[in-house]
Amino acid sequence: MAESILFLAHVDESGKTLPKAAYEAFSAAVDLAHRLGATLTVGIVGEGVREAANTFSGAGVRILGVAGPDFAHPRYRSDAAALEAICREAAASIVIAPATSRFLRVMAGVAERLKGQIDTHITSFDIVDGMLSAKRWFYRQRLEAVIQRAGRPWFLVMDCGCQDAWSGAQGTAKIEMIEVALPENCRRTVYAGVRTPNIDAQTIRPDAKLLFVAGAGWCKKQPDGQTHLREAESIILQFLEESGASLGGSKSLVDQSGENQAVLGFMTHLNQVGQTGSTPRHPKGLSMCCHGEEPHVVGWRFISERRAVNLDPNCGWARGKADVLYVADAFQVIAKLNSLLAAKAVRTEEWCEASHELNPAGCQQ
Amino acid sequence: MSNGYHIVVCAGIVPDPLQTLEPVMSGSTPALKNEMLLPAVLDPWAAHALYEAANLAAHAEGSKVWLVSAAPKSKLQQVMMNVAQKAAFELVPIDAPANGFADAHSVAEILAQAIHSISGLDRSRLLLFGGWESASRGAGVTMQLIGEQLEITDQFQGVDRFTVLPDGSLEIHERIEGGRHLVSICSGPPTVLGWATGNLPEPRNNPQVGMANMRTIMPALQKTKSTSLTQNVRYLSVMPPRQQRQTRIVKDRSAEEIAAELLEWISQE
Repeated sequence: MAESILFLAHVDESGKTLPKAAYEAFSAAVDLAHRLGATLTVGIVGEGVREAANTFSGAGVRILGVAGPDFAHPRYRSDAAALEAICREAAASIVIAPATSRFLRVMAGVAERLKGQIDTHITSFDIVDGMLSAKRWFYRQRLEAVIQRAGRPWFLVMDCGCQDAWSGAQGTAKIEMIEVALPENCRRTVYAGVRTPNIDAQTIRPDAKLLFVAGAGWCKKQPDGQTHLREAESIILQFLEESGASLGGSKSLVDQSGENQAVLGFMTHLNQVGQTGSTPRHPKGLSMCCHGEEPHVVGWRFISERRAVNLDPNCGWARGKADVLYVADAFQVIAKLNSLLAAKAVRTEEWCEASHELNPAGCQQ
Repeated sequence: MSNGYHIVVCAGIVPDPLQTLEPVMSGSTPALKNEMLLPAVLDPWAAHALYEAANLAAHAEGSKVWLVSAAPKSKLQQVMMNVAQKAAFELVPIDAPANGFADAHSVAEILAQAIHSISGLDRSRLLLFGGWESASRGAGVTMQLIGEQLEITDQFQGVDRFTVLPDGSLEIHERIEGGRHLVSICSGPPTVLGWATGNLPEPRNNPQVGMANMRTIMPALQKTKSTSLTQNVRYLSVMPPRQQRQTRIVKDRSAEEIAAELLEWISQE
């Protein structure tokens, strides 16, 4: 069966380009179209789609767009209507979309409207026996499966971080705009803003190179028989600031706040990594005061390099779950690490100042 | 709202997270080895949805909570022994082999049919709750599909907060990238809310609530008929990850030495 592919994307919060995840998924779509010999169409939704569409001009594909103030912000009804219109116009057998929060909230509904079938959190595509197959995880990254579907259209929502982002020459793209008139009841829901959790600092950084995971040990009694929560908060936040790491937490630590126990004030359920939390993608992960049991470590599935600091040499990390386990007191290690990071930052600053005096254009920080 | 809400919570059951999972092929569809023997729990995010539903019902007079669950009957009965003590609800059981490998479209269809069949359900007051993603399939699509089939098109996923405003409209916080929340105001029911963790702790077991619930749960379980699911997915392979790291265990090193090694590692590109 000859396949045709529709790639869907939405304009990001800047209103000018697309999220990085979209370029990654587009890279997979281009590759798949080439391997299947399929036609590729792009559909973009946003308040304005011109600038975003221009970034695809080098791909030489048909571009469809739905634009207007109603499509500026995520909203199920308007997003579903826009995507449905694009899908009907393109009439593709395969629809590929990036796993942004906006699309994950609406894509299944669109598939249902088109009598299609959907799979999300796809990590890669392949061609098996001449047919498209997709790989995804089940049971929270504990089992990996390769699947096929005969039903079409098949909607495939691709996880971020699985492909290199596509880049091509920019120019002026030809866009076929589709008018989508929303009935008044589409405005039953209105956008009321984006809120950052009420915490001292923004601790979740999806693009960070390092994931730092704090476990429940930070809140336990230390060798002097006392807990040192304020000290733990201070040195962890300092480490996050100095290293630029993203903060994760184990369920046991995060749950303590729900049980009204004394906890790290900046730790919320949003930081939770593991079976019942998130599965972030960072090149490196450093765990401290966390036992490394399986329900937590499944959240590390996509962390390539892993190190842990724990007082227990028989903890889960020692059983093939980390590359290196340091058996040591995390309070002491992170305090020393903070000192070294601070000293390194000072040295870098001094070097830049010196370089700037010699060559004013030489140091771009 | 004077008449309260009709809250339907969709929740599956999953193996206890501490269990080792091993896939086996059962005909053309995969399953878990000894699946019927594995201890099971209510799906975690769906359980949060149930706690939020019970809390909302307790604060909105005239509200009622239904729990719709598709699972093998015997496993569902086992899980209900515990869940029934957490919150007051009426169970709508569906005896079906709905594990992580079942097709979400088929599961959504039988759940939507079960919701359709609930006697006395006022669709104008309906809040359809469920977990945003399950701990089995983890696709985050079932609630959307049910919503579409029930023609509910104000939908929210990854919900952490739900507040009824003085004018009866609903303020909803959904998780988005970077640990932030998208805030939306919806004029009122019917809506679909796929919950993340929410803000409520797990309620303590209340044996009185449990006994009251079990009076209706057991007859409902006895009456439920076995349902099969259409499988639209062809599984070419299912396997656990093979990666096992050779952990280097570093003992008897000072904090300074460890910190220096970590700094070098962090700084490497």
